Amino acid sequence: MDILIQQLINGLVLGSVYALVALGYTMVYGILELINFAHGEVTMMGAMVAVAVMGMLMGAAPDLPGVWVALLGLLAAVSACMALGYVIERAAYRPLRQAPRLAPLITAIGISILLQNIAMMIWGKQYIPFPRILPEARHNILGASITDVQIAILGLTLVIMAGLVWLVNRTSLGRAMRAVAQSKSVAQLMGVDVNKVISATFLIGSGLGAVAGVMVSANYGQAHYYMGFLLGLKAFSAAVLGGIGNIAGAMLGGLLLGVIESLGAGYIGDLTGGFLGSQYQDVFAFAVLILVLVFRPSGLLGEKGVERA
Amino acid sequence: MKWSALAVALVAALSFVACGRKPDAASDGAQIVKIGQSSPLTGPQAHLGKDNDNGARLAIDEINAAHPVLAGKPVVFELVSEDDGADPKTATTVAQRLVDEGVVGVIGHLNSGATIPASKVYADAGIPQISPSATAVKYTTQGFKTAFRVMTNDAQQGKVLGAYAAKLGKKIAIIDDRTAYGQGLADEVEKAAKAAGEDVVAREYTTDRASDFMAILTSIKSKSPDVVFFGGMDPQAAPLVKQMRQLGMKAQFLGADGSETPKFIELAGPDAEGSIASMPGLPLESMPGGQAFKQKFEAKYGEIQNYAPYAYDAARVMVDAMKRANSAEPAKFLAELPKTDFQGVTGHIRFDSRGDLAGGSITLYQVKNGKWTVLETVKSAE
Repeated sequence: MDILIQQLINGLVLGSVYALVALGYTMVYGILELINFAHGEVTMMGAMVAVAVMGMLMGAAPDLPGVWVALLGLLAAVSACMALGYVIERAAYRPLRQAPRLAPLITAIGISILLQNIAMMIWGKQYIPFPRILPEARHNILGASITDVQIAILGLTLVIMAGLVWLVNRTSLGRAMRAVAQSKSVAQLMGVDVNKVISATFLIGSGLGAVAGVMVSANYGQAHYYMGFLLGLKAFSAAVLGGIGNIAGAMLGGLLLGVIESLGAGYIGDLTGGFLGSQYQDVFAFAVLILVLVFRPSGLLGEKGVERA
Repeated sequence: MKWSALAVALVAALSFVACGRKPDAASDGAQIVKIGQSSPLTGPQAHLGKDNDNGARLAIDEINAAHPVLAGKPVVFELVSEDDGADPKTATTVAQRLVDEGVVGVIGHLNSGATIPASKVYADAGIPQISPSATAVKYTTQGFKTAFRVMTNDAQQGKVLGAYAAKLGKKIAIIDDRTAYGQGLADEVEKAAKAAGEDVVAREYTTDRASDFMAILTSIKSKSPDVVFFGGMDPQAAPLVKQMRQLGMKAQFLGADGSETPKFIELAGPDAEGSIASMPGLPLESMPGGQAFKQKFEAKYGEIQNYAPYAYDAARVMVDAMKRANSAEPAKFLAELPKTDFQGVTGHIRFDSRGDLAGGSITLYQVKNGKWTVLETVKSAE
C-alpha cells in the first residue's frame, strides 16, 4: 500500500510539471491552432536563467536565505521567459499568421533548435547543478516519503491552475481569449484587440513554462540545454491526451500521464513477471495515449468547437 | 615582372621548406618509422584526446632521444596524429588515412565506439593497434589478431564490481541506461554478483537522457536491497543517488567509471557522500612509475587529464615489440606483441590470447568529504 501511495506521489509530482508545460501548448493551440514546438525550449531557458541568476545572487549576497534566492531566481526566470515568448511570437509567428499552417509549424521547430543552440553556447554542453539552497527535509505520509521541494511543486501547481481558471473564466482578458479562440475575425469586430490577446497568451504560457522548468531543475538538482526536448514532447502528449486546446484537459492530461508513467514503470516488471521491464515505461504511457485517441480522437475533454481557450 | 619574381621567391622558399623537413632525419641515414595515433582532438572530449596524444608523443620523444637501432640501422620514430572526433564514422575514415600514410602501428583510439569500427580497417591492413582506453568487450572479441589494449575491459571491471557488491550486502538491485556501455557493464555485474551468491532482487532500466528515477526506485525500495548498482554516466547517476535519498533509501550506491567523476559530486552534492565507484587501472600515485611520469609529463604538457599514462605505455609496448622482432615491419613485430612482458608506468603489461590486458587492476573509490578517495585496488582475474 505504501508503495502504491509513493508511486502516486511520484506520478503527481511528475504530472504537475507535465501539466504546467502542457498548458502552454494548449493555450497557444486553442487560440492560434499552432503547435508551438519551441515551448519545451522556453521551459529549458527558464531553468537555465534561474540557475544562472541564483548563482550570481549567491555570489553577490551570500547572507540571503536560500528560499529568497530561489524565489528571486524563479522571478527572473519567469520574466525572462515571458519576454522570450513575446519576442518569439512577435518575430517568428506573427508575420506568418496568414501563411499556410505548415509554415509556422516548421518555424516553431526552427526556433526550438535555435534556442537549444543558444543555450549550449551560453551555458555549455555540461549538466549544471541547481544550487542546494532549498530545505531538503523529508516527510512521511502513510509510509511514503515526500520532500519539501515536491510539496512546493504540488502546491504551486494547484495555485497556478486555480489562478488560470479564474483568469480565463472571470476576467475580461479571459473573456477576450475565449472570444479569439472561437473566431478571430468576429472577436475583432466586437472590439477585441486580437494581437494583444495573442501576445498575452504567449506571455502567460511562457511564464508557466518557466515555472515548470525551475521546478524540474530544483527537483532533480540539475539543468541542461537539452532538457526541454523530452519534457516538451511529454507535455505535448499530455495536452493531446486531455484534448488539445482545452485548459482543463491539459491539467488532467498532464497529471494522468505522470501517474500512468509512474505506475507503469513501477509495476510493469512485477506484473509481467519480468517479461516486460521498466524500459517500457514510455511505451506504456504512449500506448495509453494511442488507446484514448482511438476511442476519443479529440482527447479526454476535447469537444470540437466548444470552449477552446 | 614583380609578380613572377615573387612567384620564384615563393617556389624557392617552398622547396627549401620541403627539402628542409625530410632530410632532417635522413641526413644521418636514419630510417623514418611512422606510428599512428588517433583520438578526438576537437569537440567536447578534445581535452582527453589531446591528453592521449601527448602521452604517446612523450614516449616517442624519449625513445628517439635514445637513438634507437633496428636491424643494424638507426631509426627515427614519427607520431602521426589524426582527429576522430569520438565519432565512429570519422574513425574509419581516419583509420584508412593512417593506413594510406604508411604507419606501421596505431596507438588508439580513445573511445570504444570509435575503436571498434576502426579496428577492422587496421586488421584488414595487417597493422597492429593498441588502444590505451577503449574498454568495451567487443573490441577484442571480433577475432582480429591486430587488436590489443593496455586497460582492463568492461567484463573484467564488471567481475570486480560484482564480487565487491557481494561484500557490501546480500541483496543487489541493478539499473542500466540501455547504452552499449551501461548495459554491457550491468550484465557483467549481474553475472558476477550471482556467481558470488548474491541475490539480484531487481533489474531495472532507464535511458541516457532521463532524470526521473522515482518510479523504478520506489519499486526497488520495496525489495529492500543492500546495494544499488548503476551502469551509466554521471548525468543520470547523480540524480539517481539524490532520489534514492529522497525516498529514504539507505542502500549503498555502487557505480563504475561513468560515475567516478568530479561532475558526479558536483551534481549530487551532499547526497554523493559515501557512494562507491570503480575505475580501471591504478590511481596515478600507486602506479609503479606514476610520480616520475607525472613530473615529466607536467613539465612538458601540463596537467594529466586521464589516460595519458596508458597512451605512453601503449607506445612503448609497441616499440618494445619492434625491438624484440628487430624490425619495424608490421607483420614481423605483430608476431612479437602477444609475447609482451613489459614493466610500464601503469603496471606490468602482458596480453591474454585475445589481446586484452592480463591481470590488470581495477581501483574502487568512495566519496569522502566531497572527494573521490581510494578504497582499494583489486587485481582482475587472468
